Amino acid sequence: MTDKSVSLPEERKAGGFIRNNLRTYGMLLSLLAIMLFFQAVTEGTLLQPLNLTNLVLQNSYIVIMALGMLLVIVTGHIDLSVGSVAGFIGAVAAVLMVRFHIDFPLAVIACLMVGAAIGAAQGYWVAYFGIPSFIVTLAGMLVFKGLALAVLQGQSVGPFPPTFQKLSSGFIAEVLPDIGAIHPTSLLIGIVLAFALVYASAKMRAREASHGIEVEPYALFVAKSLALAGVVLYFTYLIASYRGFPNVLVIMAALIALYGFVTRRTVIGRQIYAVGGNAKAAKLSGIKTERLTFFTFVNMGALAALAGLVFAARLNTATPKAGTGFELDVIAACFIGGASAYGGVGRVGGAVVGAMIMGVMNNGMSILGIGIDYQQVIKGLVLLGAVCFDVYNQRR
Amino acid sequence: MTAMLEMRGVSKSFAGVRALRDVNFTVEAGQIHALVGENGAGKSTLMKVLSGVYPAGQYEGTIIFDGEERRFRDMHDTERLGIIIIHQELALIPLMSIAENIFLSHPPSQLGVIDREEVYRRTRELLAQVGLRESPDTLITDLGVGKQQLVEIAKALSKKVRLLILDEPTASLNEADSAALLDRLIAFREQGIASILISHKLNEVAKVADRITVLRDGRTVDSIDCRTEPVEEDRIIRSMVDRDLAHRFPERQAKIGEPVLVVENWSVQHPLHPERQVIKNVDFQVRRGEVVGIAGLMGAGRTEFAMSLFGRAWGKNIRGRVRLNGRDVDLSSVPAAIDAGLAYATEDRKQLGLILADDIRKNITLASLTQVSSHGVIDDIAELKAASDYRNRMRIRSQDVYQEVGQLSGGNQQKIVLSKWLMTDPKVLILDEPTRGIDVGAKYEIYTIINGLAEAGKGVVVISSEMAELLGVCDRICVMNDGAFVGEFAGSDATQEKIMRAIMRNERIKTGVQGSETRVGELQS
Repeated sequence: MTDKSVSLPEERKAGGFIRNNLRTYGMLLSLLAIMLFFQAVTEGTLLQPLNLTNLVLQNSYIVIMALGMLLVIVTGHIDLSVGSVAGFIGAVAAVLMVRFHIDFPLAVIACLMVGAAIGAAQGYWVAYFGIPSFIVTLAGMLVFKGLALAVLQGQSVGPFPPTFQKLSSGFIAEVLPDIGAIHPTSLLIGIVLAFALVYASAKMRAREASHGIEVEPYALFVAKSLALAGVVLYFTYLIASYRGFPNVLVIMAALIALYGFVTRRTVIGRQIYAVGGNAKAAKLSGIKTERLTFFTFVNMGALAALAGLVFAARLNTATPKAGTGFELDVIAACFIGGASAYGGVGRVGGAVVGAMIMGVMNNGMSILGIGIDYQQVIKGLVLLGAVCFDVYNQRR
Repeated sequence: MTAMLEMRGVSKSFAGVRALRDVNFTVEAGQIHALVGENGAGKSTLMKVLSGVYPAGQYEGTIIFDGEERRFRDMHDTERLGIIIIHQELALIPLMSIAENIFLSHPPSQLGVIDREEVYRRTRELLAQVGLRESPDTLITDLGVGKQQLVEIAKALSKKVRLLILDEPTASLNEADSAALLDRLIAFREQGIASILISHKLNEVAKVADRITVLRDGRTVDSIDCRTEPVEEDRIIRSMVDRDLAHRFPERQAKIGEPVLVVENWSVQHPLHPERQVIKNVDFQVRRGEVVGIAGLMGAGRTEFAMSLFGRAWGKNIRGRVRLNGRDVDLSSVPAAIDAGLAYATEDRKQLGLILADDIRKNITLASLTQVSSHGVIDDIAELKAASDYRNRMRIRSQDVYQEVGQLSGGNQQKIVLSKWLMTDPKVLILDEPTRGIDVGAKYEIYTIINGLAEAGKGVVVISSEMAELLGVCDRICVMNDGAFVGEFAGSDATQEKIMRAIMRNERIKTGVQGSETRVGELQS
């Protein structure tokens, strides 16, 4: 068994590997192409440090919710209520902090718990009563949109205490001496991160290869690692030359790493995919399918709450209209990222890249002055195109 | 008789792999022509060429039907000539009625409005022809598989069938339903309708076929005219597998120990119709190193019994006592049953047994992830080793453990299901139809695995609708009928006749007392 990778037929080397992982590479390449395209047509505005920082801030809540949505979609469900829930939680946060002057950490914890409870309430019907998630969360969408209006009594509430605003508009503290135009702490973190990523993936590859697991061909691995490190370093440089890493980027990165790990390496992650792949078979293999489905909704609720807080902190007010239409961007991000509407398939990395593709297009088209009307048309077509590509790919 | 269909020198390849090589195949009017061969021998490919799934130009060779060379573009072309194929996976819409299904694609209508009376009149005629006594209004979902099969045949008749192709029609039928279906084919023969019967069940083939053609590796290797030559199963099997299977069942010296699973007074009610008691206070036991068979008609309650034991995966108000190795055990959920040492390999591996889109490795370890993980984190190397180990031991034929199970043959899929359950290290395994839809060679391997399990001291329960199989592998055979055990035979002592008699005696008593028609194949949950 140990000489497995050696005994593979020749055609399954580099070319075959890329073909087997076409979706992953294809998506990264499309993101790159889209970025280069907008970088060119906006005459360099897209990747200006200020704009790049804004891009992160603008999309953070979509990315955060996409992580939860991916799990929901992988189990074969959908959650249409996340936009409303995010708006509702923003409203609750505003009422707690602005009207009742409750401390920011306490309010945040309360909001996250309310979000989880909302997820639990919806997940209960889906998981234990077998009511289609589309219907349950469509109801939730209406309920929480209405409740947000009720809680705010139809008005905008703000501003938030400054410490809370820092959640979205703050940047990580500078601990190193000033070196002029660049924020050294962020730069240092970026450099360390780039090397850590390359080191970790090299170590993993070596470990897998030594046990006969099929790994990427060496040249491809080197190219990918260099590209990865290069991209991390370049973006770090850009962001560090504005105001450094935003706080929310740190939260986002930590969550992406966490969910990536959970989905790929843990028992619970594997079981979630099994439920989506074939719920009946999973159940007969001793997996508690109802409980897992329930937890994905609880998780989604908590992440929607976090996204609601981030969004409210960014606007610095809670408005009754906050969160409207978020669910569409979030769901689109997952499907562009290769998740299957039938469940069982989808990656965290894919959903994140999908969210970034949506974000870059939003941002780029806004810079170009394309109206909100055609922006939506184009985004819709991109979603359709991405999924068509997937289906075509599987038929081959 | 003259040839109705002649296929000459048909070859077809997929991406360089030759699936058919120069196959000649002739069907005469009013002939039942059986096509046999191992999985992957090319039977389905040949039938797809014939039925227009692969249009002219995608294969080499010629097809002559009614004395004319035909170049079919699609299935409409073949259906127009009366060549109709019924696939193994039935193509009926469950929530529509029998009548709606039969006339789905061509309802009698005027100006696009369906003529309901005509539909019903003709449906009744067709149902009478196939011998199915059901109302045209009955929904497909309320019928057992055997009756659904008859609806498919009625549908074919409605299209003026002249050559009926049946792809393993009896694979999921019990013996009584199979016999009824085969009787239909014989009746059609009288009317000049020819049939091509693809089947793994050689006894059936021998019973009805006028000619048997054996395919192996895409070639015709043997063709027997049953009217002039004697039909020998051994000859057919030899041709199919190209190796002498002197024994279809591997030998085993049974070493039977003390009881490992003891079930007492077990009763189960139907989950949707609680007034119906599906399992009626039965006692059952398996001893260490013993292979126990459960025979019975479809709907007798065999699968329901097994699944109700396995963590109450089926049924309601389950009562009774279960002891494993003499100790009372908690079987209230599937995880508890697995922990207690019970394993159940389902009869429906595609729907209930496997995650087809996942790879071999993930399917094998699915029920034992705790063994290859610590603190909830999977050790991918340990997992790979475990999966590779089973792949080698069970001789699963695949590129590697990363291949999707959906791409593998039925036999290999079944080995993966068995691997999954072996990995949980059970004391008792219940194997429900372990060789359904599997070719002869792979069956032998499955039997060898069953023997190995018994020799390793496990208790094995085999539920099967193939009596020959039960007789071949079991130390003891229990006969179930209508939710109760109605007979028990030592393996050496049992014969097909005895088992059948036990079932039939009980059926008669039941119908005598209740005066109702026997209920067969109704229990598909």
